[in-house]
Amino acid sequence: MSYPSDFKYTKEHEWIKPEGKNATIGITNHAQESLGDIVFVELPKVGTVLTAGKTFGSVESVKAVSDLYAPASGTVTETNADLATAPEKVNKNAHGAWMVKITLKEPGELNSLLSAADYEKFVSEEGGH
Amino acid sequence: MSALEVTTPVIRKTALNAVHRRMGAKMVEFNGWDMPVEYPSSGGIIAEHLAVRNGVGIFDVSHMGDIRLQGLEALAAVQHISMNDASRLAIGQAQYSALLYPQGTFVDDVIVHRLGENEYFLVINAGTREKDFNWVRDNTHQFDCKVENLSDDFTQIAIQGPKGVDLLQKLTDADLSAVKFYWVTRGTICGLKNVLIARTGYTAEDGFEIYVPADEATSTMVWNKVLEAGREFGAVACGLGARNTLRLEGKLPLYGHEISDTINVWEAGLDRFCKMEKPEFVGREALEKSKADGLKRTLAGLEMVERGIARDGYRVQDDTGGEIGYVTSGSFAPFLKKNIALAYVPPESASIGSTVKVEIRGQGVKAQVVPTPFYKRPKRS
Repeated sequence: MSYPSDFKYTKEHEWIKPEGKNATIGITNHAQESLGDIVFVELPKVGTVLTAGKTFGSVESVKAVSDLYAPASGTVTETNADLATAPEKVNKNAHGAWMVKITLKEPGELNSLLSAADYEKFVSEEGGH
Repeated sequence: MSALEVTTPVIRKTALNAVHRRMGAKMVEFNGWDMPVEYPSSGGIIAEHLAVRNGVGIFDVSHMGDIRLQGLEALAAVQHISMNDASRLAIGQAQYSALLYPQGTFVDDVIVHRLGENEYFLVINAGTREKDFNWVRDNTHQFDCKVENLSDDFTQIAIQGPKGVDLLQKLTDADLSAVKFYWVTRGTICGLKNVLIARTGYTAEDGFEIYVPADEATSTMVWNKVLEAGREFGAVACGLGARNTLRLEGKLPLYGHEISDTINVWEAGLDRFCKMEKPEFVGREALEKSKADGLKRTLAGLEMVERGIARDGYRVQDDTGGEIGYVTSGSFAPFLKKNIALAYVPPESASIGSTVKVEIRGQGVKAQVVPTPFYKRPKRS
């Protein structure tokens, strides 16, 4: 699966798609692959303030719990309610099954994130197995 | 996302390790072993779990250990070191049992197979292999009985699920319809003579475990033939992930979780496998006293009422948030499609229907005590 070039990526395997002052956040295809069957997604309430690099929720597969880390700071404006009843959508389409939408506090923060090419390189080096 | 990956320097491999890797299995460290946790090519843990409930799944469980006791006093030795009554076993019969410390707590749980007049075969857990063998050897000196560690001699393949019998029958001359659950036979499998075939498993489903020579060539040949023979039944390779969720639905204990060296037989609720009418076995005295003293905690089955998954080690609270116990195993249950858990709680909190809370990331999440096992296989004619 290819990594969309208009997304930015974190080393913790989240993606963020900026659209002006707003952005959409999810987890990468690599993340869903390494987690396996996702059975639970816990997301913050609308209005929650996210801080870049801090946890804002969690994703659970059958075998493990993983924290979600905010790729950028901002305020949650919408959460993907579908994932409460159909968390497997993240396995089926990780780059489409978004988790939260936020209003960015400081769009410039995104400059420090990985590009699609950098992320792909990072994953292939980290993976190695 | 934080990746939970652990690498251990000294790690053991089964004879099928290369096969698992070729199949693209995700490998994890489990009790010092490099084992497949799931096979993306099988569809992952949920698909593997469902294959076993509905059809058949194949597991490499060669990390399990084996101890043979043989000799004129083999039965007396087994009776001394295990809590079930091995004198009830006919030749070819097996029973679930446990090795206990003098305190009535667990060295390990085991399956005791009686293979001959004076021959018993104990199947033990991977993480406790050396400990178990040393313990059995040290506690049977007084008997006329040879104790051998055969753990490295076998590749153990589990063929689990309602279609397991049809699959294995294609590969053996032994009449499997004559082998009842928890009985064993011997037969030719894939040209290998005299293979031990046990109708046992750890999935709460019908199934077989076969013990073939542990060399890589033989092991690979058998594994591939079993998978091939299973194709018409939709057989898939299954990893430790599905093995864990399958055993959890069936409330089968896992060493280090539901049973350990600090948990006794009564707490674990394994009373029916502990035969107090036996005059003597290691741990019996302590268990008698502990029974008289009454239970302080008991293993309860929980089903999450509110959103959340209880995980191993999470705290259990009463309604006011006071800590009353802990979760030993918890997961999404793929067949039941519920979030379930086993937990040690005081008996007064363990009655069916009572509610408790599980502390999940700082929040008390409501759960209800439900009857166990969570899953019982349907009776098939």
